[in-house]
Amino acid sequence: MTDQIIDEAALAELRSIMGDDFQLLVDTFVNDSEQRIVALQEAVDTADAELLRTSAHSFKGSSLNISAGRLTALCKDLEDRGRESRLDGAAEVLAGVRVAFDDIKAYFAA
Amino acid sequence: MNQEAESGLKILIADDSNSDRILLKAIVQNQGHQPLLAADGLEAVALFQQEKPDIILLDALMPNMDGFDTARFVKANSGDDFVPIIFLTSLNEADSLARCLEAGGDDFLTKPYNSVILKAKINAFWRMLKMHVTLQAQRDQIAENNMRLINEQEVAKRTFDKIAHEGALHLSNIQYQMSPLAVFNGDVLLAALRPNGNLCVLLGDFTGHGLAAAIGAMPLSQTFYSMVAKGFTVKDVVYELNLKLKDILPVGVFCCATMIDVDFSGKSLEIWCGGMPENYFYEAETGQKKAIASQHLALGILSAEKFKATTHIQMMQNGDRFFMWSDGIIEAENAAGEMYGESRLEQVFIDNGDAVDLFADVNTSVANFIGATEPSDDISIAEIMMVDHIEKHDSPHKAVKNAAMAAMDWCYSYEIRPQTIRNSDPMPILQKVLMDIPGLRPRSGELFTVLSELYANALEHGVLKLDSSMKKTPQGFTDFYQQRAVRLEELNEGFIRFDLDYRGDDQQGELLMRVTDSGDGFDFASHRQKSSDKNCYSGRGLHLISSICKSVSYIGVGNQVEVVFDWHNVPNEDVN
Repeated sequence: MTDQIIDEAALAELRSIMGDDFQLLVDTFVNDSEQRIVALQEAVDTADAELLRTSAHSFKGSSLNISAGRLTALCKDLEDRGRESRLDGAAEVLAGVRVAFDDIKAYFAA
Repeated sequence: MNQEAESGLKILIADDSNSDRILLKAIVQNQGHQPLLAADGLEAVALFQQEKPDIILLDALMPNMDGFDTARFVKANSGDDFVPIIFLTSLNEADSLARCLEAGGDDFLTKPYNSVILKAKINAFWRMLKMHVTLQAQRDQIAENNMRLINEQEVAKRTFDKIAHEGALHLSNIQYQMSPLAVFNGDVLLAALRPNGNLCVLLGDFTGHGLAAAIGAMPLSQTFYSMVAKGFTVKDVVYELNLKLKDILPVGVFCCATMIDVDFSGKSLEIWCGGMPENYFYEAETGQKKAIASQHLALGILSAEKFKATTHIQMMQNGDRFFMWSDGIIEAENAAGEMYGESRLEQVFIDNGDAVDLFADVNTSVANFIGATEPSDDISIAEIMMVDHIEKHDSPHKAVKNAAMAAMDWCYSYEIRPQTIRNSDPMPILQKVLMDIPGLRPRSGELFTVLSELYANALEHGVLKLDSSMKKTPQGFTDFYQQRAVRLEELNEGFIRFDLDYRGDDQQGELLMRVTDSGDGFDFASHRQKSSDKNCYSGRGLHLISSICKSVSYIGVGNQVEVVFDWHNVPNEDVN
């Protein structure tokens, strides 16, 4: 797993798999991710470790599939914190998630 | 499996992540398969039941119903079908892999999804599915074939049992034990009474066992029962059986057999034995047993010209026992592979304390010897004991309603000359004539006892000029039958004539039977005085005949005897 915003080679592979539906995949990912960030924010606000773990886990999985390395690493950090109930510092990591996600949106919008 | 290679497989994708799901859908579609999409476990279960997918791609963590429960449900509800489950996981989740396997997962696909790897996995399962389907089809085919075979065998068995029925085996002087290896028995044991009251028993052992062996038992039984009922002798029956089996059995298949005829009034035993182990004759008076070896090849081997129907005749007093068995008993093996053998069998007879237990002792000895070992051949044992008389067994012939239609007033004359005397028995023909009279049928046993005695006298003492006093000692008894065979073989002149005269209606009737032979006659007047000795078996059976017939009279020089046999319709005849 790399720390880069997106893995260009993997993305090229995705394009060839999805063909005409590539944009649908991107839109679905962006849409899902926004909802997950809302859920993550709620988990941090309410100190709900289980919600943090499951939301971060799903987000991690789809980020991995879209080859968003940095986002995947941050989600995994949140998932681990949720599993281990280490919620202090989670808000800072979530802020990082937002930045990484905005970078991805910007990448696809370009 | 839903489809053949061309149309691909139905693949259920259960993943709560929308983007992951459409990615998998694209990969599966690109490979020519049909994707079914579910966003959680509940949807997955519903689709599984509706669509019967071939393979399931399952995310572990899903809302409502997770992948583990979904996997358990699928495995529990697939019946005989194999529905492979591939769990979808993220990297670094080795700890949860065990849970996936426990829930019934067959494989894993890790994120990020790789279309090449997924294709390889799907193809691998596809091959397994095809194999599974083939195996199932073959298993079902085998089960179906087996079921059909068993059904067929059961139907055949019902027919078989009707033909190879137990006949007179239930008589109290017979004990027997048959252990069939399969539905069908390669050994066959038959017993029937001849019209003269003699008991015929045949033990046959066909090559092999089971259905193949049992097929030959059908014509064997049919011929045996039909000929014995018509009064044919052991010689006639074995001759015919050999001919029939030789004709129908394939080369290499034959029937070892022992057939006996027990004459309760004459106290003798006639034995034909071909290819069977030694039979035992147990003499009650001395407690000794003697072996009676087979003198012939099995039935179904020799052509009619080469076949010998010569029999062994043996005195048999009340309480004497004859034992017959197939080689299954001699060759019965124990766990160590040893054979039971003739010496162990002999030892049972040496150790026996009470003749009544002999049959049980033999069975116990064999059973103890083989222990829990599966017998490799049919084991059959029969014991026939000489008794005073046997209980009347056959259901009395139902009175024929249209008795008025029956022959009521006739005479019949039948004369046999040397060639016929040598080669055939007149009893079946006479029986056919006489059994046309319904009123005589219930008394056929007595009637044929009389007729057989008269015939035996005419043949042995009249035509063959044998001296009945010879039969007073065991040695003489044997000599008598040897002489009888020699003289019969050399016979070239003489005759025996039966004149039957019948008058009757549906209530009563009178049958006059006159038997004339070409012999010198005998001094019937002096015979009458000494024939009061009941135990004398050389008394020409006159005592017996007189007790059955209304009258017995000798005519002329004694070469002609006339008996009158009558019947009346007794009310409540069924009480018989």
